[in-house]
Amino acid sequence: MLSPFLSFTKVIYEGDMVLTYLIRRLLLTIPIVLGVIFIVALSLELIPGDPVALMLGEFASPELIAETKASLDLDKPLWQRYVLYVADLAQGDLGRSIKDNRRVVDAIGETLPATLQLAGAAIAIAVLLGVPLGVASAARPNSVLDNFVRVLSLAGLSMPVFWTGLVFIVVFSVELGWFPVAGRGTWRHVVLPATTLALPSVAILARMTRSSLLDVLQEDYVRTARAKGIGERLILYKHGLRSALIPVVTALGLQLGQMLGGAVLTETVFAWPGLGRLTVFAIFNRDFILVQGVVLVLALIYVFVNLLVDVSYGLIDPRVSYQ
Amino acid sequence: MTQAAAAKTSPRSSQQPSAWRRFRRNQLGVVGAIIVLTLLILAIFAPQLAPYDPSVQSLLQRRQPPSGEFWLGTDEFGRDIFSRLLFGTRFTLLISITSVSIGLVIGSVLGIIAGYVGGLTSGVIMRLMDLLLAFPYLLLAIIIVSALGPGVRNTIIAIGIWTVPAFARVSRGAVASIRERDFVQAAKALGNQRPRIIWRHILPNTLATLLVYASLYLAYAILMESALSFLGLGVQPPTPSWAVMISSGRNYITSAPHIATIPGIAIAVAVLGFNLLGDALRDALDPRTMPR
Repeated sequence: MLSPFLSFTKVIYEGDMVLTYLIRRLLLTIPIVLGVIFIVALSLELIPGDPVALMLGEFASPELIAETKASLDLDKPLWQRYVLYVADLAQGDLGRSIKDNRRVVDAIGETLPATLQLAGAAIAIAVLLGVPLGVASAARPNSVLDNFVRVLSLAGLSMPVFWTGLVFIVVFSVELGWFPVAGRGTWRHVVLPATTLALPSVAILARMTRSSLLDVLQEDYVRTARAKGIGERLILYKHGLRSALIPVVTALGLQLGQMLGGAVLTETVFAWPGLGRLTVFAIFNRDFILVQGVVLVLALIYVFVNLLVDVSYGLIDPRVSYQ
Repeated sequence: MTQAAAAKTSPRSSQQPSAWRRFRRNQLGVVGAIIVLTLLILAIFAPQLAPYDPSVQSLLQRRQPPSGEFWLGTDEFGRDIFSRLLFGTRFTLLISITSVSIGLVIGSVLGIIAGYVGGLTSGVIMRLMDLLLAFPYLLLAIIIVSALGPGVRNTIIAIGIWTVPAFARVSRGAVASIRERDFVQAAKALGNQRPRIIWRHILPNTLATLLVYASLYLAYAILMESALSFLGLGVQPPTPSWAVMISSGRNYITSAPHIATIPGIAIAVAVLGFNLLGDALRDALDPRTMPR
């Protein structure tokens, strides 16, 4: 047994390590963020022809094109534009929409909550369905339920998200009339798009939980627990699930990336007024500045969520150290 | 960035027969192989198998439900959906196979260089790959296609670039695990040049792993193509791509739901086929991950 004093210093020591780890991990994120911005800025170079002429349409005068170019810094070389973009971004400025001259930050600010609501609901559905399905599957490998879950998760991984959404609309909105066809408003509006967006993640989480739990249940300490006569149920939930959840949490971080991208599809199908739909509008309006801004914000959210996922390992599994 | 699970590799060319036997025992894998083979046959013989010309419109026979005459019904222009599905197989396979091949070649060259040379080169290459992986699913492809413009070629480029980092990571992991093995060390001791060692000894031993990933990424590539095409950024109408069919049938989802729903089943089956095949190949080539 540790004396109270010793365990106290241990806490301080560990807290210190977590902090060091956090700082180091944050510093490592900076080059990734700068690189992501660079790729997004580079994408403008890929546009065949003159992006400004494309954005303004065929009736724009050469003067207007030159003026717009200068205001967007597009007359400067790539590296200068990049530095300016990063400097602007540091002040929370992502430029102005080429179509309606609105600040990109404002356009994103208006639509981001809708996307976060959708993604949040989808993550909740994915965890609440995926993990229990995986546990039930692993509790009795090769049972009828197990095979059912495995087939179901394979199907979930194979169906295109936008198609599932359309089928849901046909069945649950048009035929049964349970939920509205599209739009955002009451909780009823959230159900179909969130479930659609969640399905592939439900499948992946169920698969991950199953295989990870089966691995853990073969570990020595689980055998020890069994030998001590602890009930199967307790072993499953207390000893097994906790360490089995590590790869599941990793998968969850990656799933959020899937959802931010999948939101583009789901929001298009359900006319959900979020960032995804904004992206599609921006692309069709050839509003490249807006496209850049939205993609950048989504990528940055993704980078930071994965940072959080990495940091959270130690909270779940005491064996993980931050050294 | 979260490090994805490091590649598990156990190349052993001497055990090919048992890998084959393991594959055959896997019923789901056999189903996957049959689906993939069927798709290939349908794509090759689409002109012979299709009952109608996929592009001929018939205003009198618009939005017909499935019947003896039109097995899967007709679309909003009166075109036969079954024939369009058959021809769509060609685009699905063309785009997925070409883009994954591009990603496979570029990615594995980068990964093998990174894994074998190591040091700064490896660091630079792999950090670049991390960057590409930092974009959420679909968004990297979206930003490439939105800049390049839609169309089959640009869709292939976008999906190809998107698959590069996965193959780079996998092959780098495979090479790193092989590099220190005795036969490579022996080849080195015998005075073989680096390119020769890579070509003769490293590459053949990473092929198994790359094959597994190629199959799984073909499934992702099909989903990616359908996502881009559905949004209107990929293959353009009137090309009979499955996702284009869904996208244009969407407007009739209440009056004629078969137009948009049937092609989705084709996509799901194709993706399922490559998924099953990839899973089974992985289990067959790496006994450690055999299903219990």
